Amino acid sequence: MSIGKDLVAASATPLVLAILSEGESYGYAIIKRVDELSGGELKWTDGMLYPVLHRLEHNGYVKATWGESDTGRRRKYYKLTDRGEAELANQRRQWKIVNDALRGTSFHSLALLPQGV
Amino acid sequence: MAAPDDGAPVVEARIVEWRSYVRRQQAIHAVDADELEDHLRVQMAELGKAGLDEEEAFLIAVKRIGQLDTLSREFAREYSDRLWKRLVLASPGAGDETGGWKTEGLVAVALAIAAAVAIKLPELFGLSIAGPKADQAFYARNFSLFVLPFLAGFFAWKRDLRPAQRWALATPFVAAALLVNLYPFTTGGSTESLEAIHLPMALWLVLGFAYAGGRWRAHDQRMNYVRFSGEWFIYYALIALGGGVLMMFTTFIFRAIGLNAQALVQAWIAPCGAVGAVIVAAWLVEAKQSIIENLAPVLTIIFTPLFAILLLGFLGTMAWTGKGIHVEREALIGFDLLLVLVVGLLLYAISARDPEAEPRFFDGLQLVLVICALAVDGFALWAIAARITDFGFSPNRVAALGENVLLFVNLGWSAVLYARFLGRRAAIAPLERWQMSYLPVYLVWMWVVVAGFPLIFNFQ
Repeated sequence: MSIGKDLVAASATPLVLAILSEGESYGYAIIKRVDELSGGELKWTDGMLYPVLHRLEHNGYVKATWGESDTGRRRKYYKLTDRGEAELANQRRQWKIVNDALRGTSFHSLALLPQGV
Repeated sequence: MAAPDDGAPVVEARIVEWRSYVRRQQAIHAVDADELEDHLRVQMAELGKAGLDEEEAFLIAVKRIGQLDTLSREFAREYSDRLWKRLVLASPGAGDETGGWKTEGLVAVALAIAAAVAIKLPELFGLSIAGPKADQAFYARNFSLFVLPFLAGFFAWKRDLRPAQRWALATPFVAAALLVNLYPFTTGGSTESLEAIHLPMALWLVLGFAYAGGRWRAHDQRMNYVRFSGEWFIYYALIALGGGVLMMFTTFIFRAIGLNAQALVQAWIAPCGAVGAVIVAAWLVEAKQSIIENLAPVLTIIFTPLFAILLLGFLGTMAWTGKGIHVEREALIGFDLLLVLVVGLLLYAISARDPEAEPRFFDGLQLVLVICALAVDGFALWAIAARITDFGFSPNRVAALGENVLLFVNLGWSAVLYARFLGRRAAIAPLERWQMSYLPVYLVWMWVVVAGFPLIFNFQ
């Protein structure tokens, strides 16, 4: 089963925030973690992660710093800020509401929902 | 097929190539490219561990990063401001600007301040800009000498001129300074005001030598100087506009507390700003030439058709009503300016066109403009020549007439060359060469007016 494009886009922000709440990380590692967490079901185009990260940085949810990788290459690390924590909590609540609503309906009516909802 | 042992350099070269593709996207800056490159390399290393060779790893990693134009669109959405090319306020490290840029700015500002100080120095000797007529005449004669030497210094520094070239550059400035201050001009006389008008132009053309880094014989360098001059003029006008607003507010806010700032504006802000802006505008043009589209050709495209219509309409009206040109002899200068304008439109149109391109509609329009200008000027000259003999040859009239003839010759031959180009019998290059070869003619004439006229007309 592949997840619809719109849902992938909508879930990007909470997922990135949630992964960063586990600790400081960088682009490639975040993508790998998404892959792990979703059991390979959530497929991102790798490059698209970066505009998302930069947007989060602009909004003050994450803080970026340049550091070094093990091989000594320049690498940009991202860290969740307090505002980011608050935003994550907020997003979690919203997703829970959607999730609960979906669970509340019967299996049959769920099957009738249009794809991607 | 590459041997396995030099596989790595091949992949390195491909990464560099990929990176340059990324950098071509306007919305993706160098730091973002760094980040993406890091991603690419980690991905490649992971794939390498899984047993893929470097070529394969590279291909897959690039594919996973995704299509660059989609990515660029996402970046552009995030950084919409990046689509507006920024010049002065570009944050450090955001682009690939070289570090020399900052030094250049400092040098330019220092020279601008030096020019501002220079124009206030004569005040120490009791010469005031807003003072009596003799003082004002001194400033009018010397105005360009307070600022253009600094601009020459800027280019001498930037182009790293050799000592011999620096001396060659300094000579005309020293000569001009001696000349305008040792000549016994009649205060308020025509030769003096002609000198005040022509010296800046004469020195500006000399500056071309410094701008070209001594390679002033090369046509492409001259063309670059023409482009520079056009852009400089536009920037100067914009700065002057801002300066006008600044002075207006200075007067206004001080008046609000009952003080008259008129003296401050006239004796300090206006003169210091006017000379400082010359240097700052030149520096801005230098700094932005590779970043922002040139404006002069854009204005040319807007105004060439308008002036062509104006002149056609004018000639048509003359033919329809049978009215000849009735002008005072002083109006000759107005027709000189008309020709200067047309030469300018022609120059900037050529400066921006692709030399290999076929003739287009716009080129036809340009020719129409040139021919109309020549016709109008021809009528005016006819009218004026008839009267000039009655009044004798005053310095003003000779200067205006001389310039008119020079411009007429320039445009006349340009029209012939343009017509040949439109008839596909020649390329556009001869026209450009003609215009560039003609520049020294103006230079010589300007110096004749500055140095020769006072002698010929006995400083009247």
